[in-house]
Amino acid sequence: MKSYDELLAMEPYSLNKKEKTKVMTDRLVELTRHHLGNCEQYKRMMNSVGLDEKALAEFDGEEKTYYDLPFLPVRLFKELKLCSVPDDEVFKTMTSSGTTGQSVSRIFLDRATATNQQKTMVKIVSEFTGSGRMPMLIIDCPSVVKNRAMFSARGAGILGFSMFGSKKCYALTDDMELDVESVREFLDAHKGEKILLFGFTFMIWQHFYKELVRLKKEGITFDLSNGVLIHGGGWKKLVNEAVSQEEFKQRLTDVCGLSDVHDYYGMVEQTGCIYMQCEHGHLHASVFSDVIIRDPKDFSVAPHGQAGIIQVVSMIPESYPGHSLLTEDEGVILGEDDCPCGRMGKYFKINGRLKNAEIRGCSDTYAADFKQRG
Amino acid sequence: MGICIDRTKLQGINYIVGDEDTLANMPQVSPRRRFDEEVIEFLDLLSKKLMADKSSRAYPDIVTLSFWMRKASVKNLAKDYSEKEGIVPKGRGLLFHIAPSNVPVNYMYSLVTGLLSGNANVVKIPSKDFDQLPIINKAVQAALDDMPSMKPYIVLVRYGHEKDINDALSQHADGRIVWGGDNTIATLRESELPPRAVEVAFADRYSLAIIQADEYLKADNKAAIANGFYNDTYLTDQNACTSPRIVIWTGEKIADAKKDFWKELYDLTVKKYEIQPVQAVNKLTSSYLAAANWEGAKKEEMPDNLITRMDLPEVDDTTMDYRDNSGYFFEYDCKSMKEIVSLCNNTHCQTLSYYGDSLDFSELMEEGIKGVDRIVPIGKTMDFEFIWDGYNLMETLCRIVRIERGGRND
Repeated sequence: MKSYDELLAMEPYSLNKKEKTKVMTDRLVELTRHHLGNCEQYKRMMNSVGLDEKALAEFDGEEKTYYDLPFLPVRLFKELKLCSVPDDEVFKTMTSSGTTGQSVSRIFLDRATATNQQKTMVKIVSEFTGSGRMPMLIIDCPSVVKNRAMFSARGAGILGFSMFGSKKCYALTDDMELDVESVREFLDAHKGEKILLFGFTFMIWQHFYKELVRLKKEGITFDLSNGVLIHGGGWKKLVNEAVSQEEFKQRLTDVCGLSDVHDYYGMVEQTGCIYMQCEHGHLHASVFSDVIIRDPKDFSVAPHGQAGIIQVVSMIPESYPGHSLLTEDEGVILGEDDCPCGRMGKYFKINGRLKNAEIRGCSDTYAADFKQRG
Repeated sequence: MGICIDRTKLQGINYIVGDEDTLANMPQVSPRRRFDEEVIEFLDLLSKKLMADKSSRAYPDIVTLSFWMRKASVKNLAKDYSEKEGIVPKGRGLLFHIAPSNVPVNYMYSLVTGLLSGNANVVKIPSKDFDQLPIINKAVQAALDDMPSMKPYIVLVRYGHEKDINDALSQHADGRIVWGGDNTIATLRESELPPRAVEVAFADRYSLAIIQADEYLKADNKAAIANGFYNDTYLTDQNACTSPRIVIWTGEKIADAKKDFWKELYDLTVKKYEIQPVQAVNKLTSSYLAAANWEGAKKEEMPDNLITRMDLPEVDDTTMDYRDNSGYFFEYDCKSMKEIVSLCNNTHCQTLSYYGDSLDFSELMEEGIKGVDRIVPIGKTMDFEFIWDGYNLMETLCRIVRIERGGRND
């Protein structure tokens, strides 16, 4: 298999549709072949839809492209142990956060895949923050990353982004209170420097923004105009509070001068390939991954502008067959290769999670097997 | 004065038909004989009220129910239970019914069965606001107003998950009928029944269909067969205990039969069935889970996500652990009935529906299988019968009095 390092030399937003189709097809076909040979369950699943070595030979990047490869629904990683390396090469197991009673996804990483995730993420995020590490203010509590044996999505996100931080400071106490003194001390120590802020959208809103508003009334203010905020984790909880993306940004600017704000979309099943929001508010696919919108009627590719189920493909996963996945999120492609920000590739937005179906039948557990992903 | 239900334990009940007085006094109501004439008159009256209501007509399930409750229909059903000399079947007393929350009309079949078996009935009706409910309940109320002697026998209620209420109603019940599957049953079992009470619990079940390919190919009513199969499955999101989850094929020209059968069904689903994105994702997930479990399982190509078909290389008593709903079908090509014995040897296996008069089930019945309670033609899986889920309700819900005459102590 071609080494991932060669691919990693590409600039994250440098390929147009045609170029990307070729590169992506080559890599994804290689990954598919690799997993067919190394994961028995993956092989059986692919064989059930008629995909085997022979069929794979037809993928030339023109007539047949990565759009034609099968995708695995993410729930399979909760139900099955899907791994393409021997057990003793598994270096860490990532899990999606699940509330009590819900099963969690298990993603098996060997050293190579884990390293490639990190390197890819650095390439992508540096496009937005500039290269080099920065003092980092984490809008969360220290305990969320303490238990390293099992990585939760929140912990994994923080740890993933921590590599961009030189000095780190947790803005919240373990009681989810804003640690005013620590934050003040940290900002004073790094006056004039660019600061990276990172956290989960709802945490930022609930425990950071609201507290800043309250403190401002008391005359206590913070200046974060030299900060860049990266936040993720979805808008679901904020929709309940009726806060739009635009309002979120504007309110943060108003309260602490923070204006360089980027949402991102990503999932534990494809760590590394995150989708960053540009200055025009669009989420972007880098050359290392892609989003394809599937029409729920027949899973065909939905045209740009039409909402559907989000499929994500990633060039990274070698230790587990997660290079082509069907998420449980709904989204829409806004355009390709023509975002005003100048980045090549698709840009899109997330509409939220797929609605739970309330199915009929005489057993009262409706849609019980559609488990919410954390 | 006889025993009443402690009213303090009934707080939180919302009375849809009847009131607290009626409910509290239900333990004292006299049981009637099975197929009591007055009960039959009442049901006929109720049937007439429903049929006279224009809003009923939009709901085929109400129409079917009304038809089933007519005097002629009930008299016909009663024929199977003609009384023998010296045997007097009577109601047990008070039945406590817990209807499934996501099927609109089912609670009425439960109630009617309770009435015809001679019992007083308190029925917990679905919590969901199905359009059918106010239409039916209004008719029940009107019929009771015309025939007040039946009032002590019917109370329809709604309440949340209050265990106190479950306890109080169970404590005075002579019989408890629990729909709604394993979870509901487990919840109700926490509320004790009196020692003499019976319980009929409708657990989570699944069902099968078997088609004789050659006979099917000769059928001139393929559209009607498809319609029957559609009603057996898609009408309840293929999630009723009676819905077939697997189609077993026998005969010679199986490939041809499959082609016709699924084409006919597909044309119907395109017209009638709306699939939610989540259901499509779930079905894809299920198909891959099945594929990971059975080497050689094949997903059949279909035009879209309305029908998902997984062809299995073998079937056994664990196959149905992988079942799904919303139009997700396993298929198995079967040479002899013997091959499906293991599949049927599971207490969760309920209805076997079929097409093909030449199919011989005797071999299957001879085997010591734990499953299969009903064998009915395709299209009839949802038809309610007094023999249901392996119970003969008209026996179970009655107390059978035996009177022996002519004995002398000499």
